[in-house]
Amino acid sequence: MEMPKPDPLVLDRKAELVSRLLTVLPEDAVISDVEETRAYECDALTAYRCPPLAAVLPRSTQEVSDVLRICHEMDVPVVPRGSGTSLAGGALPTADSVILGVARLTEVLETDYDDRIIRVQTGRTNLAVTGAVEADDFFYAPDPSSQLACAIAGNIAMNSGGAHCLKYGVTTNNLLGVTLVQMDGTVVEIGGAHMDAGGLDLLGVICGSEGQLGVVTEATLRILPKPEGARPVLIGFDSLEVAGACVADIIKAGVLPVAIEFMDRIIIRIVEDYAKAGYPDCEALLIVEVEGSDDEIDEQLSLIEEIARRHDPVELRQSQSSDEAAKIWLGRKSAFGATGRISDYMCLDGTIPVSELPRVLAGITELSQKYGLAVGNVFHAGDGNMHPLIMYDANKPGDLELCEALGAEILKLCVDVGGCLTGEHGVGIEKRDLMTHQFAAVDMEAQMRVKDVFDPKWLLNPAKVFPLDTTAERRTAGH
Amino acid sequence: MLKPTSEADLAEIVRTANGPLSIRGGGTRHVPSEGTPVSTSGLTGITLYEPGALTLVARAGTPMAEIEAALASENQRLPFEPLDHRGLLGTTGEPTIGGAVAMNVSGPRRVQAGACRDSLIGVRFVDGAGEIIKNGGRVMKNVTGYDLVKLLAGSRGTLGVLTEVSFKVLPAAVTQTTLVVNGLTVETAVRAMAAALGSPFEVTAAAHDPAAGQTSLRLEGLDGSVDYRATALAEVIASFGTVTRLDPGESEAHWRAIRDAQAVQGAGDIWRVSVRASHGPEVVARAQAEASLLDWGGGLVWLRVTAGTDLRARLGDLPGHATRVTGPASGALPVEAPALAALTDSIRAKFDPRGLLSGAA
Ligand SMILES: Cc1cc2nc3c(=O)[nH]c(=O)nc-3n(C[C@H](O)[C@H](O)[C@H](O)COP(=O)(O)OP(=O)(O)OC[C@H]3O[C@@H](n4cnc5c(N)ncnc54)[C@H](O)[C@@H]3O)c2cc1C
Repeated sequence: MEMPKPDPLVLDRKAELVSRLLTVLPEDAVISDVEETRAYECDALTAYRCPPLAAVLPRSTQEVSDVLRICHEMDVPVVPRGSGTSLAGGALPTADSVILGVARLTEVLETDYDDRIIRVQTGRTNLAVTGAVEADDFFYAPDPSSQLACAIAGNIAMNSGGAHCLKYGVTTNNLLGVTLVQMDGTVVEIGGAHMDAGGLDLLGVICGSEGQLGVVTEATLRILPKPEGARPVLIGFDSLEVAGACVADIIKAGVLPVAIEFMDRIIIRIVEDYAKAGYPDCEALLIVEVEGSDDEIDEQLSLIEEIARRHDPVELRQSQSSDEAAKIWLGRKSAFGATGRISDYMCLDGTIPVSELPRVLAGITELSQKYGLAVGNVFHAGDGNMHPLIMYDANKPGDLELCEALGAEILKLCVDVGGCLTGEHGVGIEKRDLMTHQFAAVDMEAQMRVKDVFDPKWLLNPAKVFPLDTTAERRTAGH
Repeated sequence: MLKPTSEADLAEIVRTANGPLSIRGGGTRHVPSEGTPVSTSGLTGITLYEPGALTLVARAGTPMAEIEAALASENQRLPFEPLDHRGLLGTTGEPTIGGAVAMNVSGPRRVQAGACRDSLIGVRFVDGAGEIIKNGGRVMKNVTGYDLVKLLAGSRGTLGVLTEVSFKVLPAAVTQTTLVVNGLTVETAVRAMAAALGSPFEVTAAAHDPAAGQTSLRLEGLDGSVDYRATALAEVIASFGTVTRLDPGESEAHWRAIRDAQAVQGAGDIWRVSVRASHGPEVVARAQAEASLLDWGGGLVWLRVTAGTDLRARLGDLPGHATRVTGPASGALPVEAPALAALTDSIRAKFDPRGLLSGAA
């Protein structure tokens, strides 16, 4: 993956930059020692690494604004960072950039159960947001599987999803307001505790902008009352097509499960080997979860069972207790870990129209054979968000490149059937060069215009999202 | 009136325009604006509907009625319960789907299922330079590139003319009921609604009509579930007063009236105020309106005041915003903080450099 050449003028002025940063930040908030900056050399896309020029860890919106103003004056690129769990290289630095980490901004600023909102600083982790309201029976709905580590800042930048977004939506549907610091240091308040935008919906475009429009320091989030209970059912099929048809029938039937998860045979075997969840050895497994009181759950599950039986499942297992429920989820939840134990893997996240599931799964099998790399599928079937896991050997020369080439073909297939490159992980550097497969030049130009407005000098995370050649002029023109 | 029948024709009209254009959908909300009239009524038709994937794509000029009928035949619906402005504004014409998107029109279910922008998953539009631009698509999870879909929703046509819109739709509820409590003050009503919305019983709408003294809470879903939750919710709000229950038919009619803000219809200026729900009573107190209606648990306040009243001055510094929905275009839109207004103006200028579409606001 190509990155822009560092600007020698910036590299030369490192000492001046650091001393200026120290005029606005305490010493412990500026990291410039070459060894220490290595802590920020990558995110969860670990194949790509580059230590930044410096890293800063401000403790307030004012400090964030001061840092940005200095970098803006000195034409230094800035890469915002939450917890560094991006799978797309969104938080990957360049050698001439400053990493601006919000990890020290972790306070809860306001909780209001009557208005069902919480306002937090964005370095707070996703799980700690729910943690702050859980004792009062509320929760924050978007739940990426990285929720123990990932920060609300990164969730907003990537518009992250989770297992339960079929019912509750993704980050953008649960975000009401932000404090945003623009690259020149200007602080803007967008949205708030009220429910809709007055003028243009800037909040909507900031969410998912991958740290390219501004640094988000505070956020108002919607919190929801916890459901009385939840229970899954496990359904096994001997054909991927039939499993796909069953998903469509469940969706059409008028029950909206909170989650419909899908695993193929490769993944079933991997997790069974590891977690011993007692899954049947079959072509496809669905886990369908519904919420409510016990009786409501029974009402919904009996409807789902009735639909599933029409498709001749090889297994249909209800959970009667929380233990049984946990056992059904156990395998699914350990899918990534179990795969990581036996192989290096790359996790894609293209989305497809649910009706194209059989065709895409067949296409992936074919591509997997062509490239000689195994691909397992475990994903959110209700919304068509695929997670093909390509297994490769990082120590074998050429294998990573082979894996990336296969990944690119799979993602193009997702686009060709009417879907998209990424459903929740973001473009970052990983899918940057595939953007032209999904968008025409004018479509990307329209997006870049928005960045022109927020960050005219193109200093914020400039090497991400768009192919480098399409942004070259903008990245070098302003300075 | 120009009436392009294809996206390409429309793009040509915009590209070659040498003065402002006045874009109309169904004309049900249209505030007269300067410029050559251009109608989207030639851009119609549902282009894709996949019930099993909960997705519908339609051209922007498609009548709302056509979309609702197609969805109803598969027992599905638009989640955001778009209101029909005709009663409120005394207009005629057919509401279009593009008009609903351009205004981000969202009804009572906003509290549970989100706004129009939350169901919108893709757009195609012609910008002020006459370029055809697409964003989003037809899948419900998509973070590829910036989300211009949200930016276009509610932009009132100022960034471009919508030509096609895609939605995530939802199964229609098997049944519904509404719990009603009578005689509450606005303050108490908002507290009752907060208690209901903060319960695990999935209230899909919460409104208070001060004149009728009626606080209503809607439940939707499967038969057994709705019954169970009606009983459980009645207990939650029992301390506020006697609870009565509407049958499904009554409930449906009841919410249609609230959706269309019937309680405030009449002569004068009608305003729509969006605030945090607990500020609803303060809005009502400060506004001294002739009629008012609180939806979204108090977060949306409809008000009718004497024509020409400076409602914003009365409301003062409450965070949120007020939009006048009747009367002249000027002064109708919310006032934004300077830093925000600067961003908004620059974005409008980027998408419509010649200012052809600004009258649309
Ligand atoms: C094991 C694992 C499982 C995962 N599961 C899921 C999942 O289920 N669903 C899902 O959606 N994602 C998932 N992810 C991906 C990742 O966790 C999310 O993208 C997450 O939101 C990133 O948050 P972060 O705080 O780590 O952000 P970072 O990795 O630090 O940064 C991500 C992006 O946000 C930008 N950014 C960071 N802070 C700010 C700020 N203050 N202002 C503006 N921009 C900022 C960065 O520049 C970067 O572009 C998973 C990752 C891992 C490793």
